[in-house]
Amino acid sequence: MTDDATTDTAAEADEAAPTDELREGIVEGFRERLGDAVVDTEVQPGLDVWVRVRADAWREAAEVARHHLDARYFTFLSVLDWLPSPFGRSMDAAVDVELARRAGEEAAAPATELAHGVTGGSTRFQVFARVAKVGHPNDFWGVTLKADVPDDTLTVDSWVPVYAGADWHEREAWEMFGLTFVGHPGLRHIYLPSDFEGHPLRKDFPLLARQVKPWPGIVDVEPMPGSGDEEEGEADA
Amino acid sequence: MTAVTDRQKLQYIAARAADARVNVELETEGMTLNIGPQHPATHGTLRIVAQLDGEQVIAAEPVAGYMHRGYEKLTEVRTYAQVTTLVNRIDWLGSFANEVPFILAAEQLMGIEAPPRATWIRTIFFEMSRIANLILFLGDMGVQLGAITPVFFAFRDREFVLNQIERVTGGRFHPNFDRIGGLKDDLPKGWIEDNKRTMEKVRSFCDEIEDLLMGSEIFQERTRGIGVIPPDVALQYGLSGANARSSGIDWDLRRDNCIGLAYPELDWKVWTHPDGDSFARFWVRLQEVREATRIIDQLCDGIPSGPIMAKVPRIIKVPAGEAWISTENPLGEMGYYVVSQGDLTPFRVKIRSASFNNVSITPWILRGVYVPDIITILASLYFILGDIDR
Amino acid sequence: MTHALLGLELAYWQQTIIRVLAGVTAILLLTGGVVYLYLFKFVSFMQSRLGPMEAGPYGSLQLLAEVGKWLQKEDVFTENSDRFIFGLAPAIVLASTFLMFVVIPAGPNAVIADLGTGIYYVLAMSSLSVLGILIAGWASANKYALMGALRAGGQLIAYELPLVLAVIGVVIAAGSLNLQDIVAAQSEGEIFGWGGIGNPYVLTQFVAFGIFMIAVQAELAQTPFDMPVAESELVAGYMVEYTGIRFLVYFISEFATAVGFAAVASTLFLGGWALPASWGISDGAMHVIGPIVIATKAVLLVGVVFWTRFSFPRFREDQLQRLAWKFLIPIALANILVTAVLKVAF
Repeated sequence: MTDDATTDTAAEADEAAPTDELREGIVEGFRERLGDAVVDTEVQPGLDVWVRVRADAWREAAEVARHHLDARYFTFLSVLDWLPSPFGRSMDAAVDVELARRAGEEAAAPATELAHGVTGGSTRFQVFARVAKVGHPNDFWGVTLKADVPDDTLTVDSWVPVYAGADWHEREAWEMFGLTFVGHPGLRHIYLPSDFEGHPLRKDFPLLARQVKPWPGIVDVEPMPGSGDEEEGEADA
Repeated sequence: MTAVTDRQKLQYIAARAADARVNVELETEGMTLNIGPQHPATHGTLRIVAQLDGEQVIAAEPVAGYMHRGYEKLTEVRTYAQVTTLVNRIDWLGSFANEVPFILAAEQLMGIEAPPRATWIRTIFFEMSRIANLILFLGDMGVQLGAITPVFFAFRDREFVLNQIERVTGGRFHPNFDRIGGLKDDLPKGWIEDNKRTMEKVRSFCDEIEDLLMGSEIFQERTRGIGVIPPDVALQYGLSGANARSSGIDWDLRRDNCIGLAYPELDWKVWTHPDGDSFARFWVRLQEVREATRIIDQLCDGIPSGPIMAKVPRIIKVPAGEAWISTENPLGEMGYYVVSQGDLTPFRVKIRSASFNNVSITPWILRGVYVPDIITILASLYFILGDIDR
Repeated sequence: MTHALLGLELAYWQQTIIRVLAGVTAILLLTGGVVYLYLFKFVSFMQSRLGPMEAGPYGSLQLLAEVGKWLQKEDVFTENSDRFIFGLAPAIVLASTFLMFVVIPAGPNAVIADLGTGIYYVLAMSSLSVLGILIAGWASANKYALMGALRAGGQLIAYELPLVLAVIGVVIAAGSLNLQDIVAAQSEGEIFGWGGIGNPYVLTQFVAFGIFMIAVQAELAQTPFDMPVAESELVAGYMVEYTGIRFLVYFISEFATAVGFAAVASTLFLGGWALPASWGISDGAMHVIGPIVIATKAVLLVGVVFWTRFSFPRFREDQLQRLAWKFLIPIALANILVTAVLKVAF
């Protein structure tokens, strides 16, 4: 992931200062308070910062952010399901096959292992949230916090005692991913009917409409302005 | 943190005291009132279950989800270019503004930067959608408070803005105009001159609203001190945009964290109001519409020439990575957390919409208010159902 | 009371039938005219739109189309509603409206019943509509309707007081409760010894006039006092469950009451059917001119009501109670005092 960061646009503009003292300072702030509960961190200079903490330090991380680092603004809380879709990669696969055919190769088999993103991970579900320090015209930053959710219990501490606004976000995460937030005042359905079964945003929950009828028009898209000439011929093929 | 004003303190204390009175003094059999899902004050299908004691609210619970369309799931089976069509429908009054953060996130992951002209035109339409959205708020606030004339003025003058958007994008409500790496089209000839006149009309609409509605004593009586949100509570609940600024929080993503838009090169001002009540929210939004017209005028004057599309691959495959981009949308902070695994489709898109957080404060803020104030507060918090339910 | 009408000698029952028919026709025509003129066209002009344009020239037959639509609609009773009372409520409201017109004079003898206590009869009849509204709200078995009805009850009772107190100023000045006498007093009166235009009480009783018009606005439940029907929160208040012909009855009575109160206000404050001062027009001619004069005055006053309605947001109910009890009633009382003192002094 660090390699990606250097290719990012803003990072290029910021190349004179590849280190980001502000964001390094945030990471330091978390490390200072949480010690070895901080599992991994990632700083994209000038862009963003990620901090992954242990699941048991999830609420403590929120307290540190809110009370010690002054990140009083709660942006969102949600969950990542890293399971590769058991239904294949639908139209991705179709395009891969098409591209491979043009290149005269075999299409790569769909991934079956968990491929975690920034700051890595070890479990299927990761809870992640974003908080920010706002209200000071020249002192704005936000941080994305992540934690691995144990696969066996699927529970994690609730943030509601720290950020009251996490209430609805945790209800959504509970209903969409089936994670339980310990200490939440009332986990109940927010979007779905109360007799709904399943957790729709999990990767193994089929989007039936798409299983029945594939989304059309992925290979023969209309030409876009600015697309290169050398690719025009390919599009016609 | 901005200091809490005396007014806010007093109103907060008064609200808590009213709470206590409801619980102790007036112990009567309550009544459950279902406001919505079909109700004129809910802009769609939000339902608010209010426990009433007489006309006073003991507890209120918003019930969302009547319009949930599952965009986060749908994005996982659409290419990046197709997602903009979906997200147009999130805040349907300021559609273009929904596309921008997603496109910016995709561009950040791909390492593409839109050419300056595209950036400036994006900023123009970003602000145009702000005007198209907030004008309706300014009129609708009147309707919710019983003055039906302002909303007709709002629709009349919003039409000029929509026409300008339509001339360029071909769509009045859902332009779907933003592309990874730039824009679909350039501005047509003569558009900029017409736009100046449109902005003039919008400004005169603002003056009209200020005279007709905001200056009315009844309006002030109905909104001042109603639904006071202290800054700290606003931040805890993740209130953003004008709702946060009217609680005295000096925070605007256009100024503080402007990625991929032309705001740093312009001369403009972030409006805040210390009171945090419904009037403040109306006032801040009115000033924001005015400020938006000034921003657009500057953008039209200084728009650079050049291409409107960067070099992008024929088939867009976004490199693996994660990006969070949020922008200052008409309703507040709208952001996309895009996770890519190097495919044509995003692996996961977390859509952070402003209204979801803005409305989640309602159980807190509606306690102890009167039924007519529910309407005032909901109208002044200003939500779009599509933005809550996604 | 003379039994001559337009120079004809008729039996009492014949006269009564003529008077009632003429009265009902006048009320419906005026109400329809007011709805078209103000609710359709004047408001459209204010809101920069055209309003109805298709039915008849400039949409002038739109109201007939609307009435036709309402008559066709299904007459819905909600499951838990108290059917008898639910159906009775609009009738009570409509009756109170029509009874108001009984004593309003439109000429020297163009009145259905010339009661000695005319103005108090009018105010009493107009307050009857509260009863209809309250039982409508209760019988609808709907929470919105109930809240609307209770708000209406509180509001209409609160604004009865300033209404009555404002009228007392006029009654003291005219020295009579009879509406014909009040008209005559204005026509023949003098303002501090100058009788060029008589003494329309809008000039000498302007405080009472202001209070009366504000109270009328509230009695009619028009914005800024439309909390009982507040369409953005109570949807339509006590009318929420009514459809078809019953809603039409409410609709007619709402605007007929507006015309009625405007006619009362023109009688009390603008000189009624009489022309300023006595211009020596015969009683016979006044029976033609009088109705036109009072209709013109009433329609203009209804215009003021609608102008206000479409210009302001609405008060919350505690705010409008405060306005009534803390401002209008004390001012009305002070007005009575000053009027009485002046009456005795001059």
